[in-house]
Amino acid sequence: MAEFEPKIVAFVCNWCTYAGADLTGTSRIKYASNVRIIRFPCTGRIDYMLLLKAFDEGADGIIVSGCHPNDCHYTSGNFHARRRWIMFRSLCDFTGINTERIKFSWVSAAEGAKWAAIVNATVTSIRELGPYTEYKKVAKYPEKEVTHG
Amino acid sequence: MSKIGVFVCHCGENISATVDCAKVAETAGNYDGVAFSVDYKYMCSDPGQNLIKSAIKEKGLTGVVVASCSPRMHEPTFRKACAEAGLNPFMCEMANLREHCSWVHEKGEATTEKAIDLVRILVEKVKYNHSLNEIKVPVTKTALVIGGGIAGIQASLDIANTGHKVILIEKDPSIGGHMSQLSETFPTLDCSQCILTPRMVEVAQHPNITLYTYAELESLEGFIGNFKAKIRRKSKSIDEKLCTGCGQCTTKCPVKKIPSEFNEGLGKRTAIYVPFPQAVPNKPVIDRINCTYYIKGKCKVCEIVCPTKAIRFDQEDQIMEVEVGAIVIATGFTVKQPDFFPEYGYGKYPDVITGLQFERLASASGPTLGEIRRPSDDKVPEKIVFLACAGSRDPAKGIPYCSKICCMYIAKHAMLYQHKVHGGKSYVFYMDIRAGGKQYEEFVRRAIEDDGVNYVRGRVSRIYEKNGKLIVNGVDTLLNAMPVEIEADMVVLATAGIANEGAEELAQKLHISYDPYKFFAEAHPKLKPVETNTAGIFLAGACQAPRDIPESVAMASGAAVKVAGLFSQDELTREPIIAVVNRQAPPVYSSCVGCFLCVSACPYQAIEKEEIKNRNGELIKLIAKVNPGLCQGCGTCVAFCRTKSIDIQGYTHEQMYTEVMALLNEY
Repeated sequence: MAEFEPKIVAFVCNWCTYAGADLTGTSRIKYASNVRIIRFPCTGRIDYMLLLKAFDEGADGIIVSGCHPNDCHYTSGNFHARRRWIMFRSLCDFTGINTERIKFSWVSAAEGAKWAAIVNATVTSIRELGPYTEYKKVAKYPEKEVTHG
Repeated sequence: MSKIGVFVCHCGENISATVDCAKVAETAGNYDGVAFSVDYKYMCSDPGQNLIKSAIKEKGLTGVVVASCSPRMHEPTFRKACAEAGLNPFMCEMANLREHCSWVHEKGEATTEKAIDLVRILVEKVKYNHSLNEIKVPVTKTALVIGGGIAGIQASLDIANTGHKVILIEKDPSIGGHMSQLSETFPTLDCSQCILTPRMVEVAQHPNITLYTYAELESLEGFIGNFKAKIRRKSKSIDEKLCTGCGQCTTKCPVKKIPSEFNEGLGKRTAIYVPFPQAVPNKPVIDRINCTYYIKGKCKVCEIVCPTKAIRFDQEDQIMEVEVGAIVIATGFTVKQPDFFPEYGYGKYPDVITGLQFERLASASGPTLGEIRRPSDDKVPEKIVFLACAGSRDPAKGIPYCSKICCMYIAKHAMLYQHKVHGGKSYVFYMDIRAGGKQYEEFVRRAIEDDGVNYVRGRVSRIYEKNGKLIVNGVDTLLNAMPVEIEADMVVLATAGIANEGAEELAQKLHISYDPYKFFAEAHPKLKPVETNTAGIFLAGACQAPRDIPESVAMASGAAVKVAGLFSQDELTREPIIAVVNRQAPPVYSSCVGCFLCVSACPYQAIEKEEIKNRNGELIKLIAKVNPGLCQGCGTCVAFCRTKSIDIQGYTHEQMYTEVMALLNEY
């Protein structure tokens, strides 16, 4: 059986992590191709319902990453994101969503290598966890089967 | 129905080496709403752009997805191409196939598959893009320069000479900064005051410059072209219009033993004082902490002797509001207080002094009128030791960086000492000699070879006093780490240059970022050294990192050009990536319920309350409204909004949810 290839969605800010991932590219640092980046202006823009939507649509893991504290292009967006993440995490714990599937991180525009390392680490850990089929149970979808292609 | 064009770029072989570009284009061509799909070797080249333009015209495209490099690289290029073909530039999106795919993954099906996904999410997103128009904002053609050292002076003069108004504020009673304290300057040994004071006078007399000394920035609102700054003009306790600067008050003031800040504590000043004879403006201020009247409620000698009755004991701080279009920060640096180094005994031994104190001793206008005399007993030191890197390049002390100016000023100090004290012996302990700069290396060689300064490569572990001498225990690492002991009469510490106290608060007031050492951060270390991340705010001089005079001046002129460039336009155009609150037909008007969580979330105070009134002028509801001039487009409010009434153009709910769904549905 072929190895399970997790689907990872990355929600990143335009100024730090998106640029950091650009630097990974310009530095030609290789990493797992399972990740798909969605660009936001700021982590503060990320409505965490989008994370649930991603799981709902079949994502196995999620990375949320923005500027380091105090480095936000918009001064405080990343603090809002962090605060919201703390609330969201306990909500996930309460509802039974596995928070190990969400990686929250800071990657600056200068940390190309860190971005590659985070993606690889996330892919490894999600691969161990396996496909996230439980989400459908948590979200009480009675019948629909999740298929992986 | 959308008609979307997909343009897949090979980027030479940068993308096509690992991604099957033809397959990407072919797959994308089959998506709903895609009217045209093609791959091409260089999409950013002229023929590549023409391909896009002709497709827009011929196929009547309503949206464009260019799958090539990072949008941070070529988004402006392709948006411009779309605009030239008559398509709204904001109907163009880019899929990042190079930095995020081809360069970071191996050749193979998975990589091509990822490229296809990246294209698909943007095809789906662009279906929900709206035509947007650039925002135009007016420009107030007055600049605010904060800090009146050499960088601030140069920036002010350069801006003023382009014909624009400048407001220069300085926290001390006089402009001049650290440069006015220096004796001679490297590498030419010309007198600092002689080259600086004419500039100071020029600032004071320039018709385009308004100078406020003893003033600090209180707060800042607004955005590029339209800042509103509140300036606190600290009370000088004199009426500047009446004061002629005759100096009667300073000679008669009975409080005479206050350590002079200008002389780095080596000289004394009075409570009503002018910091130094060449001060601009040359009018005194009362130091209220030390003035007898403010302590005991009586004295008023200055008021009695003042021939123009200019003393105002009851004067209060004034808060002044000014409108400016650009800001240059030139607040400079400070030196690390060496009590940081108990092993060197600064503060304990009066003859262990800092480099800046040595400048005052060597200065003709200093407390010893330029003679090198030690502070303890006024004797001329026969042996003097200079310690480079006192604090700098020492991660254990929290300053891993090089302070940059010390190698040069130590060579200068040693040289000045040798010139002034014939037969004296000088030693320099150094880690490396960093003399990169025009004529800098030659200058250091002159100190060593012509003036006979003894350079010892090594560190000093301890300084202690014995029989009236300062014993300097060091090591010579060029002689196999041989211990060196020198009986010195005086020791000068080249203390690290650090960010000003309060730099952090100032950065927060200005909404700019700073590095771990509290120096203000430039927008790009190489290509935008004078810009900050906040549009319209620029940096000059040592507030960004330790800088010498030529660099500070060059940086100031650079910042001035940026300001002049900004002021050359009557209107600025800004990207319309901003938040908007939805509006609907009556009787709903808007789904906004007026909770104003967004107001507390917004880092730019860009959200206001708007009253909705009916025909009779009666208030129906209160909703949020975004000021398009202030909004920077972070979208924090969007995630906050409980009713999803506020959305950010270019990253709307529709667009972001579509991206997530498009990504996973055909994964």
